[in-house]
Amino acid sequence: MIHLFFWCFTIISLVPFILIFMVSISSEDSILQKGFSLFPNEISFEAYKFLFNDFSEIARAYGVTIIATLIGTVVSLLITALFAYPLSRPSLPFRRTLSFYIFFTMLFGGGLAPWYITYVNMLGIKNTIFSMIIPNLLLSAFNVLLMRSFFSTTIPETVIESATIDGASEITIFFKIVVPLSLPIMATIGLFNTLAYWNDWYNCMLFIDKPDLYNIQYLMTKTLTNIQYLLMKSNSSAQVGELLAKMPRESVRMALAIVGVAPLLFAYPFFQKYYISGITSGAVKG
Amino acid sequence: MTVPGIIYLFINNYIPMYGVILAFKDYNYVDGIWGSAWSGLDNFKFLFNTEDAYIITRNTLLYNTVFILLNLILSVLIALLINEIKDKVISRFYQSTFLLPHIISMVVVAYLVFSFLNAENGLVNRLLFKWFSMDGISWYGEPKYWPYVLVIVNAWKNAGYLSIIYFASIIGIDKEYYEAATIDGASKWKQMTRITIPLIMPVIVTMTLLAVSTILRSDFGLFYQVPMNTGALIPTTQTIDTFVYRAMLQSGDIGMSTAAGFYQSVICFFLILIANAAVRRINKQSALF
Repeated sequence: MIHLFFWCFTIISLVPFILIFMVSISSEDSILQKGFSLFPNEISFEAYKFLFNDFSEIARAYGVTIIATLIGTVVSLLITALFAYPLSRPSLPFRRTLSFYIFFTMLFGGGLAPWYITYVNMLGIKNTIFSMIIPNLLLSAFNVLLMRSFFSTTIPETVIESATIDGASEITIFFKIVVPLSLPIMATIGLFNTLAYWNDWYNCMLFIDKPDLYNIQYLMTKTLTNIQYLLMKSNSSAQVGELLAKMPRESVRMALAIVGVAPLLFAYPFFQKYYISGITSGAVKG
Repeated sequence: MTVPGIIYLFINNYIPMYGVILAFKDYNYVDGIWGSAWSGLDNFKFLFNTEDAYIITRNTLLYNTVFILLNLILSVLIALLINEIKDKVISRFYQSTFLLPHIISMVVVAYLVFSFLNAENGLVNRLLFKWFSMDGISWYGEPKYWPYVLVIVNAWKNAGYLSIIYFASIIGIDKEYYEAATIDGASKWKQMTRITIPLIMPVIVTMTLLAVSTILRSDFGLFYQVPMNTGALIPTTQTIDTFVYRAMLQSGDIGMSTAAGFYQSVICFFLILIANAAVRRINKQSALF
């Protein structure tokens, strides 16, 4: 009985993914006849051939996403840990003020327009790779607080004291003692950051208007509303017309969605365990 | 050590906070933030004189209320049932599957929804035709269906995630309660309603209060990406966040956009303070501050 119920939920969770996959491998004829169907009449890999024929657009978008994700995750993890660790130490001067400084950002914000103007007009971040790394994603107050409570509950004060007596500097203590002891929380926050960067389209939509710098999520957004977008850089219009006529439109769109989401789906079985333990440790303190 | 973090928050959060003065200015790009002329409360007057302020507030409140209630019921139900599965491997499998929708971006969700609702080829219209010989519905042209669509999408994406949080607190319950109840002959149903639910109540209340405190904020991706930014759907899919975005980038009205954002921030600020005070009374550990 319970299993029946859960199978229904499992199907509901998975069917949309299966559907777009089936559409992506349907022949154009079969889509014309049956529409989008879980059981296409005829299987065809035309859509993927079409995408891979001219892969440069997608490859570049992937490149942007990967660079932003790698740099973003590493820098973000470092800044978060460097911020959280001193806060976990009772001896830090102005500890309460500093906590409040972080915490207040969770309570009140200036809103989109002032934030946008700060980055565009004051820092000139428009159309640079930094705009997909820095705004909002680099440091989350919530993650700092999560890490702080991990440090203060798991790292024994005595270990740090004895290291200080042995003459270790704060930086040495941090990298040689605190970081190795905190691998679980580092992995969790690193995973959260990676997902946030990988899935980001918002910063790209706001700050980027050069197609060369689109990341994969935003390339997908553009293509969903306008399939011709994929052909944009074939610059002669005669060529575009010809390609467009030959293109299996609907299946190409869904094939792009599959290409965009595939890395995440393949990686998911390997990180789901850490992700689940991450959200349960973060969300429920009591 | 904390210097990079302090500088970052200063730029990303504190300068924009100061930027709310734009809500009281008649902003133009030439004069910038400092040079633009003061306009007093004109932006707010303009915002609240049109129907927009009412519609976006109503939409945001109604959507979030339904989301909170539906997600609560679904996720607690799923959590209770996962707890009944004794096989660890199967239980783990279900958990990961239900969490899958949560890790993908709203862009992918928009594709998934499009594959169901696309007017010509979408699965829903084709099935309507096949089973009921009904003509297809032009989903992306009819605002009246979207409240249902968005509620379903939101539940699909978030219920699994929330259920894992509730499940984690159910596992934390001392097994002796159940052993005693079983000896006394209490049925599974009795055990759920008399032991499990009361014991996870603090977590339920905390999570719900926190959700209520951000009731004026909306998931921008859900309301912008999933309806594919379609003009025809704006009456039922516009929330405060999409309004703030569109006022800024599509109509270029910085003052109005800032005013709407400021209105949202201020109300949220007070709601968080109230919610937190309430959480403190129920479960001190879960309070934010």
